[in-house]
Amino acid sequence: MSEPAHDVRLVSASLVHPNGHRALRAVSLALGAGERVAVIGPSGAGKTTLVRVLATSLKPSGGGLAIGGVDPWQLGVAALRRLRATIGVVHQSPPIPPRLRVVTAVLAGRLGTWPAWRSLASLFVPRDAAAARTALDRLDLGERVFDRCDRLSGGQLQRVGIARVLCQQANVILADEPVSALDPALADLSVGALVAENETRGATLVASLHAVDLALKWFPRIVGMKDGEIVFDRPTAAVTSAMLHELYATEGRVLPQQGVDVVDRSVRRANVVVLKRPGCQ
Amino acid sequence: MSAAAETLPAPLRDPAARGRLGALVVAIVVLWPLLALAEFKPWRLLDPGGLQVMANFLAGFLPPSTAPDFLALLAKATVETLAIATAGIALAFVVAVPLAVVATRSLAVSRIGPGPGRAAGPAVRTAARAVLTLLRAIPEVVWALVFVRALGLGPGAGVLALAVTYGGMLDKASTEILESGDTRSARALLEAGSPRVAALFYALVPSTAQELASYTVYRWECAVRASVVMGFVGAGGLGQLMDQSMKMLNGGEASSILLTFLALVIIADALSAVIRRVLA
Amino acid sequence: MATIARERPCWSCVALAVGVVAAVAASFAYLAVDWKQLFGAESMRLMAKFVAEFFPPDLSPAFLAKATWGALQTFAVAAIGTLLAAVAGGVLALPASGRFGVAAQLASRLALNFLRSVPELVWAALMVIAAGLGPFAGTLALALHTTGVLGRLYAESLENAPRAPEQALRDSGSGRVAAFAYATLPLVVAQGIAYALYRLEMNIRMAAVLGFVGAGGLGQLLYFHLSIFQQPQAATLLIAMFVLVFAVDSLSAFVRGRMLPAHA
Repeated sequence: MSEPAHDVRLVSASLVHPNGHRALRAVSLALGAGERVAVIGPSGAGKTTLVRVLATSLKPSGGGLAIGGVDPWQLGVAALRRLRATIGVVHQSPPIPPRLRVVTAVLAGRLGTWPAWRSLASLFVPRDAAAARTALDRLDLGERVFDRCDRLSGGQLQRVGIARVLCQQANVILADEPVSALDPALADLSVGALVAENETRGATLVASLHAVDLALKWFPRIVGMKDGEIVFDRPTAAVTSAMLHELYATEGRVLPQQGVDVVDRSVRRANVVVLKRPGCQ
Repeated sequence: MSAAAETLPAPLRDPAARGRLGALVVAIVVLWPLLALAEFKPWRLLDPGGLQVMANFLAGFLPPSTAPDFLALLAKATVETLAIATAGIALAFVVAVPLAVVATRSLAVSRIGPGPGRAAGPAVRTAARAVLTLLRAIPEVVWALVFVRALGLGPGAGVLALAVTYGGMLDKASTEILESGDTRSARALLEAGSPRVAALFYALVPSTAQELASYTVYRWECAVRASVVMGFVGAGGLGQLMDQSMKMLNGGEASSILLTFLALVIIADALSAVIRRVLA
Repeated sequence: MATIARERPCWSCVALAVGVVAAVAASFAYLAVDWKQLFGAESMRLMAKFVAEFFPPDLSPAFLAKATWGALQTFAVAAIGTLLAAVAGGVLALPASGRFGVAAQLASRLALNFLRSVPELVWAALMVIAAGLGPFAGTLALALHTTGVLGRLYAESLENAPRAPEQALRDSGSGRVAAFAYATLPLVVAQGIAYALYRLEMNIRMAAVLGFVGAGGLGQLLYFHLSIFQQPQAATLLIAMFVLVFAVDSLSAFVRGRMLPAHA
């Protein structure tokens, strides 16, 4: 698939909400094509806002964004649509209509590339159910492919959202707390699937994670955010426990974990207080 | 993981596909004869003769007729329509509400304990309900037609038709309202031996009157529309006038009447909303 | 706590009650219907005779066949009319819910209100002029009026539907039509079909009546037979109307109960 370069470059981006709240303050982030980065930080740090700005869902009030060297906000409607079709977003709480079947929800990832008539026909009888099944199998959800979404648990629905992005075969994957409702084993599996997209297909991956252990395990580069600013942006090996504790100072200096049965690959965690947090909120 | 992307997996059978395609086929098979039965021929709208007639009629729509003697007729017909609706609803109310009160289970002494007439009570109630459901099932226009044939042209037929059908509706609604009102205090009064009338006025009426009145006013609004419709079969009012104008293909008069009707409906809507707000 | 008596009298209610009683009295007075003559002995006797002639209804096979055919035609008029209205109402609901700007919203809402305000019978009389006598006029009349009703209901459903699913799809590069179909439509379609079925129940009653102005079906037959005072045949047609309404009500309740199991 010869695609234009999909590096991501955010320069000094700010975002002020209409109610005056400053969600992002002069945030700069640069990723080369095929890189992957985890964004961690306490609640309210601005991680979700950062992901939404990178996904071109939110326009920053100041600063600039370039994806593949192109400023998406300068593009015309058709070109922006084509660009967005190459950006996959995993939402913390997937906005999927309850009555929709899983197969259709997953295949919706392809809508950016299908012509309108094909999309509508697929709504009636799905055109490529096998592809949906393959994506779901990678998340251990294959047998639910023809079930209705309102029969799924929150964690299963989250995995459907991830499967949709896998089906989309995007060049840039932006994940906003994609595994918050999953138990540790499934969370590990799911993050692994996203990382596989990065490693085998070269998709640029930015994932905001609540669980520090997952970030440290799977990502070679960690970005720490607090109060709308980037506090540190380092390779994982250079992240010390002191930095982590400082980041979570407002949460009692306790580092959130997805769970303890994740394989511990890092020595730094010896100083970290383990807190079992099966999921956020 | 890349191996799965390389080799195309066998196509997966969608369990719902057969059902959906089947339903589509059934829908088409059923649609065809229905279209034939309804003589659905859209091209008839473009038939030159018909188009000419329609064009002339529509051309006559503007300007709406404002001839003084016609306007006098119009005013008279409007007042008549309002009178038919008001009288009809009043009659319906007078018929329905006592019936509902008599029939309501909230005031049913027989439900409280054993006593004479234990079986008769529920039987009478069910019979009365059945009759009213039957009466309600026939549209008021049909009743109007029957009454016109029986009693001759004029507003009387409309008033009676409204009384019969809207009586049924008011009965159903008042029964529901009475039975969802404050039944415990009514029951307490009945258990203490008070007569049904007293229980009605001291317990049920305060908690249900407002809702019942509100529903009646809403039905009055519908009655205004229904009165116009019934006029088409000879029950007086704006409807009868409009029927006559259209039979003579007088577009100007028809549009005047239509405008008056729309204005009347808007005023009735507003009046009904105001009254219901006052009641609340 | 249950209250036995009201605390203070509601003066506006009293004023209202007085006004209502006055209006009712005025109405009866204006209509000047000669109630004595209407409910007098002679009149009641004639009335009773009139009613008696309805029984027994004409159940000859030939006429039953005619009545059945009329019933089927009435059903066809109601069904096709409601179907057309569901489609047209759905189309008009899109601008009416504000998707294409304020001007389009106002214009489409105005159109829907107009379609809704004119009663079906009036539409039928107009359509008879446009399309000639027969069931086609009735179908068009029902379609026009019901478009106004369903269009408004659908617009409200669309307004109340959350925007997040559709926005998420648009942000992933989906086109407008596909995003709508995959994200918003599944949220509203079940209720939309329920509304349409509910309107079908009302339209089957209206379709019967539209025949009075020449729009075919049971109504036209009823009007004809009553005009020539053939009560037994009229009785059969009334029974047919009743049976048809009951059948459609039951069918509608059945489908609504079993509402689309899985969607897409």
